[in-house]
Amino acid sequence: MKILVPVKRAVDKDVKIRVKADGSGVELGNVKMSMNPFDEIAVEEAIRLKEAGKATEIIAVSIGPQQASETIRTALAMGADRGILVKTDGPVEPLAVAKILKAIADAEQPGLIILGKQAIDDDCNQTGQMLAALLGWPQGTFASKVALEGDALMVTREVDGGFQTVKLKMPAIVTTDLRLNEPRYASLPNIMKAKKKPIEDKTAADYGVDIKPRLEVVKTTEPPVRKAGVKVKTVAELIGSLKNAGAI
Amino acid sequence: MPTLLLAEHDNKTLKDATNKALTAAKAIGAEVHVLVAGSGCKAVADAAAKLDGVGKVLLADAPLYDHMLAEPTAALIVSLAGPYETIMAAATTSGKNIMPRVAALLDVMQISDVIKVDAPDTFERPVYAGNAVQTVRSLEKKKVITVRTASFQPAGEGGTAPVEPATTAADPGLSGFVGEELSKSERPELTSAKIIISGGRAMQSRENFTKYIEPVADKLGAAVGASRAAVDAGYAPNDWQVGQTGKVVAPELYIAVGISGAIQHLAGMKDSKVIVAINKDEEAPIFQVADFGLVADLYQALPEFATELDKVKR
Repeated sequence: MKILVPVKRAVDKDVKIRVKADGSGVELGNVKMSMNPFDEIAVEEAIRLKEAGKATEIIAVSIGPQQASETIRTALAMGADRGILVKTDGPVEPLAVAKILKAIADAEQPGLIILGKQAIDDDCNQTGQMLAALLGWPQGTFASKVALEGDALMVTREVDGGFQTVKLKMPAIVTTDLRLNEPRYASLPNIMKAKKKPIEDKTAADYGVDIKPRLEVVKTTEPPVRKAGVKVKTVAELIGSLKNAGAI
Repeated sequence: MPTLLLAEHDNKTLKDATNKALTAAKAIGAEVHVLVAGSGCKAVADAAAKLDGVGKVLLADAPLYDHMLAEPTAALIVSLAGPYETIMAAATTSGKNIMPRVAALLDVMQISDVIKVDAPDTFERPVYAGNAVQTVRSLEKKKVITVRTASFQPAGEGGTAPVEPATTAADPGLSGFVGEELSKSERPELTSAKIIISGGRAMQSRENFTKYIEPVADKLGAAVGASRAAVDAGYAPNDWQVGQTGKVVAPELYIAVGISGAIQHLAGMKDSKVIVAINKDEEAPIFQVADFGLVADLYQALPEFATELDKVKR
């Protein structure tokens, strides 16, 4: 079974982003970029399935600028086998991403596609569900546990009240939540080896997908800033302040 | 053209998330119909019919919708989508699971986590863990939207809408429900609580949550939350996580205990009305957003807090 793992090049999770003064977007020049953290968890889960003998090949796909090939290299260094880079200029919306991924899935015929549940830049939380819809596959979103049982996939999901377990027909879509696994760091020998692994270069047009945005971003603004309040010295003073503020 | 709002419920009671999403739906200006999909959920439909501003309730009551799995529920919504211009749900784990599937089946781009309705086609939503707010205009014929419930007041009662059965759609036969493990608690739910007290990595153990956080929570009638670090370490269950990718809350009072204040955590609570931080490290970033900060060892401060609360109540 092949596993397809889409990986997104996103602003590093530790970067405090700045909104451009003219409201046209977020300052991304000279900002550290990394693989979206949820996608690292997706790559790790695919590798674990391969190590357990449940998968034969892992294909890492990234849709983005030329530098997204570095994100694919990271996945290859962790243990993915080959990569596909779909080169695009500018942001691509989840629906267009899902359409490109559908075309790749039609060509590659994976048994499983594992995606991060959301990218920490646009915070959309859509792509996996949309891809499942377009393929007509079931979806196990926000997964904290994944187990292959015969020809079915058991997925335990993190839901608002706790956990829910669903049984999915294969092929299936899984989106990862934080507690699914702890992604490994690539070792130096594996980083060297990854340089020799193949990455195919493609464009959205190769897959016949129109990536024109459906949503117009009118403006991007700073949220209201909260100001630091006062430091109280004792618990009694804290309680008094809260009482005065009508908070308790 | 009317708006269709998917109700959030557990087959017995209508959840507060629906009331809040309804406020967003009403802001669009069109008539709002509420879809209740579930099994043995007539009481939920009756409750939805009483909400102020609901024009009609559609009830899809069948075993297929018992757990609102994404595949059959999305198929149902798509089959009913025809007359609706806007299809909405609260951005709960259920809404987040189902709605993008609906959007893709309708070939429209979803607008996630709306915090403000500017116009029927223009919405504000947070990006980058809430460090920027995007105003987006939808160019789609149909709009599929999820609503960040913490940003809207719940709609009240006062309506008398008719409840009509909805034609159910075919079972896609892709998925099945196996089981669930839901936290049982007498405390209010995180997303609707007026007061929340959350613990971080400094709690050091599950037992310390029970010993130090929970007694204060119970005195305040508060819900208990946690930072990602505390959940990852196993000190708190996953459904307590407050943050960018966990629950987003905006209570009247949020008390952060032993939480440093990573941007991902702040994303989940910075719209709270009053924020209190109790932390040993006076440099902790949480103090930059706190209205009241107390630099103290939580193991001394929390028991004292509980005792002082008793005095205030007396």
